Amino acid sequence: MSTAAIDSPIPPAEPRFTASRVNYLNVDFGVRSWLLTTDHKRIAILYLASITLMFVLGGAFAVMIRLELMTPEGDVLQADTYNKLFTMHGIMMIFFFLIPSVPAVLGNFLVPIMIGAKDLAFPRINLLSWYLYIIGGLITFWAILAGGVDTGWTFYPPYSTRYSYSQVVATIVGLFITGFSSIFTGLNFVVTVHRMRAPGLTWFRLPLFIWAMYAASLIMLLGTPVVAITLALVAVERIVGVGIFNPALGGDPVLFQHMFWFYSHPAVYIMILPGMGVISEVVSCFSRKAIFGYHLVAFSSMAIAVLGFLVWGHHMFTSGESVYVAMIFSFLSFLVAIPSAIKVFNWTATLYKGSVLLTTPMLYAFGFIGLFTIGGLTGLMLAALGLDIHFHDTYFVVAHFHYVMVGGMVMAYMGGLHFWWPKISGRMYPEGIAKVAMVIIFVGFNMTFLPQFVLGHLGMPRRYHTYADEFQILNVMSTAGASILGAGFFIPLLYFLWSLKYSPLAGPNPWGATGLEWQTPSPPPTFNFDKPPIVTDEPYAYAPKEDARVH
Amino acid sequence: MSTDHAAPAHSALRHHFDTLDQQRDASLLGMWAFLVTEVLFFGGLFLAYTIYRMSYPAAFAAGSHHLNIVLGCINTAVLIGSSLTMALAVFAAQQGNGRNVARFLLATMFLGTMFLGIKAIEWTHDYEESLIPGLAFDAKIWAHEGMPPLEAKQFAGEGELFFVLYFSMTGLHGAHMIIGMAVMAFYLRPAWHGRYSRDYYTPIEGLGLYWHFVDVVWIFLFPLFYLVGTRGSH
Repeated sequence: MSTAAIDSPIPPAEPRFTASRVNYLNVDFGVRSWLLTTDHKRIAILYLASITLMFVLGGAFAVMIRLELMTPEGDVLQADTYNKLFTMHGIMMIFFFLIPSVPAVLGNFLVPIMIGAKDLAFPRINLLSWYLYIIGGLITFWAILAGGVDTGWTFYPPYSTRYSYSQVVATIVGLFITGFSSIFTGLNFVVTVHRMRAPGLTWFRLPLFIWAMYAASLIMLLGTPVVAITLALVAVERIVGVGIFNPALGGDPVLFQHMFWFYSHPAVYIMILPGMGVISEVVSCFSRKAIFGYHLVAFSSMAIAVLGFLVWGHHMFTSGESVYVAMIFSFLSFLVAIPSAIKVFNWTATLYKGSVLLTTPMLYAFGFIGLFTIGGLTGLMLAALGLDIHFHDTYFVVAHFHYVMVGGMVMAYMGGLHFWWPKISGRMYPEGIAKVAMVIIFVGFNMTFLPQFVLGHLGMPRRYHTYADEFQILNVMSTAGASILGAGFFIPLLYFLWSLKYSPLAGPNPWGATGLEWQTPSPPPTFNFDKPPIVTDEPYAYAPKEDARVH
Repeated sequence: MSTDHAAPAHSALRHHFDTLDQQRDASLLGMWAFLVTEVLFFGGLFLAYTIYRMSYPAAFAAGSHHLNIVLGCINTAVLIGSSLTMALAVFAAQQGNGRNVARFLLATMFLGTMFLGIKAIEWTHDYEESLIPGLAFDAKIWAHEGMPPLEAKQFAGEGELFFVLYFSMTGLHGAHMIIGMAVMAFYLRPAWHGRYSRDYYTPIEGLGLYWHFVDVVWIFLFPLFYLVGTRGSH
C-alpha cells in the first residue's frame, strides 16, 4: 500500500518537490557542524539518535527480564543480576528515554517552528542540555559496566544508602547531571513560548502541542531540582555514612519517599503531557476538523500540571502515612482523572462527523486513546485506598504503568515521529509497512501487559525473579508478547533509515495540515522560515480550507 | 537576522531575536525561571531541615551553640554589602560606565571571597572541634552530664544530622557563590572595555539577580543555623 491509497484530501507525495534547496540538514556536512550546532533542529536530531540508543538498551534489559520470567524458577539469571536488570531497565527507560522523548526530540524540533520563531530563546543552553544528557548517560553507562545498580529506579533508603553493594553513587551522579539537561530544556521552552511567538500568535491560537509542552516544561522546572537534591543527599549519606534517611541513625526514610515522589510522580506527567499534545495535533489533522473544545484541552494540560504536584503521597499508602493524609492524597489523585478524561472525550468528539483518515499517525493516536484510557482507569483503582493495599507492589502496578507509559507515551511518540517525519527528513515514510508495524506493536504490547493485570490481581509480586508455578501460563503469554513487541519496534527503525534515501520527497505539507510548521519547506531552512510568519488564523482551521476545495 | 531594519542592528543582538528588548525580556525571564528551580533545589534541603528540627529541637539547639555567632553576623554583613556593590555594578552598567561596572564587580568578588574566607575559618574550627559528620565527629561532646549511654548516642546522632544539614546547605550555598564569582570574572574584561550601555546591559542585570538570590538564601540560612534556641551562659 502506498500513500496513493489514502483518501483524497491528502495530495500524494509528488516528485515535483526537489531537495536541492539549502535546508538545515544539507547546509553543512562536517562533524563539527553537528557537534557544535546551536540549531534547535539539529539538536533534536542529536537527541533522536541518542534516545533511540537508550531505548534499544532499555529494551534489551526488558528482554532479559521477560526471558527469566518464562519459568517459575530462577534459571536464566541469578537474583542479584535480575535486580540489576529491572533497575537499569527503569533508569534507562524513564530518565534517558521517556522524559526526553517527545520534549527533547519533537519539542526541540517543533516548538520554535510552531510559534514562528527562528530558534529557541537560548540556543547554546539547548546544546549544553544535550551534552549534559550525554555526560550523564556516559556516567550511567560506566556504572552499568562497573557492576550496575540494584536498588530499583526509586533508590529507596536505607537499602540504597547502607546495604546495596552496587554502583549507587555513580548512577546518582549520572542522573543528577541528566536532570539538569531536563531543567534546561524546560527552561528554554517556557521562555520561548512566552517571549518569541510570531505576531498574531496569541496564547489561544497556540497549537495544543505547545500548550502541552509548556505544561510539561513547568513540571521539569519545578520538579527536577527536588529529585536532584534528594538523590544528592542519598549519595552524601552513602559516602559519608551519616543517617539523613537511615532510621538507625536518626533519619527518616519516609522523608526520602516524600521528596522523591514530589518529583517522580509529576515526572509521569512530564512523560505523558507531551504525548497528549501530539495526539491533539494528529487527531485534529486526520479528522479534518478543528479540535473539539480547544480551550478545555489547553486548560486540562495546565490542570494536569498543577494537580500532578499534589498527588505524590499516593505512592506511600503502605509506608506508614497517616490515614487522613492518605485520604486527601487519594481524593486528589482521583481529581487528575477529570482533565485526563476531558482530553479523551474531546479527541473522541473531534472524530465525530470528521473525515477520518486512517494514516499511520492516526492509528497510533487511536492506540494511544484506547490504551491510555485503560492505563488511566486502572490508575484510579490504584488511587483507591482499599484496592491499593491489595495491588501494592504487584504486577498490577507494573501493567498500569506500562499501559500509560508504553501504551500511551510510546504510542504518541511513534505517532508524532511518523506525523512529523516528512518535516524532519523531507521524505515520506512507507505508509503500508508502517501500518503493519503499528499493528504488530499494538498486538505485542497488549499481549505483554494485559496478562500482567491478571497476574497482579492474582497476587504476583513485582521485582522477584521467581514466582509460584500457577502464574506460569500468563507469564509465558507476556514473554511471547514482549518478543512480538520488540520485533515490532525494529521495523520503524529500519524503514525510517531506509526512507532517508529511497522514499519520495514530502513537500512542505503532505498532510494538508494547519500550523506554522507546515508552511515552511521540508526540511526547513536553518532559520525555519524564509520570511517571518504572521498569524491571522485561529488554530486548526481545517473547515474553511475544505470549503474552498469543494467550491 | 531580518534585513528590513532601517538602522544596523546592535552588535549584541543575537540572530534569533528581533529586537534587543525582546532579547532582554527573554534573558531575564530565563534567569527568573532558573532562580525558581534554584528555590526548589534548596527547597528540598529546607524541607529536610524543617522536619528534623521539629523532630529534634534540643539537638538542633545544642548544635547551633557550637557555631560562632560573631563570625556568622560579620559574614551576613559582608554578604549584604556585596549585594550593594552588585546593585551598583548594575546601575553603572545602565549608565554605560564600563570602568565602574568592572570596579564594582571586583568589589563584589572581593566581598564574596571574604565571606568564603570567614566560612573557611569557621569550618576549620568545626573540624578542630570534631564536628564533621562521618569523618571526624566526636559523639562524646554531645552528652550532657548524667545522660544514659544509649540516650547519649541517640542525641549525638541527632546532632550529627544538624551538622550534615549545616554543611550541605552552607556548602551548596558556597558553591553557588564560587560559580557566581567565576561568571563575574568572565564579565570583567568586556565591562572594562565598555561593552555594556543603556541599550544593552542584560548580562550584568541577570548576574545581579543571581547574586541577590544567593544573598537571600544566606539570609535564611543564618537564623536557621546560628540563632536556634536561646543561648545561655554555657
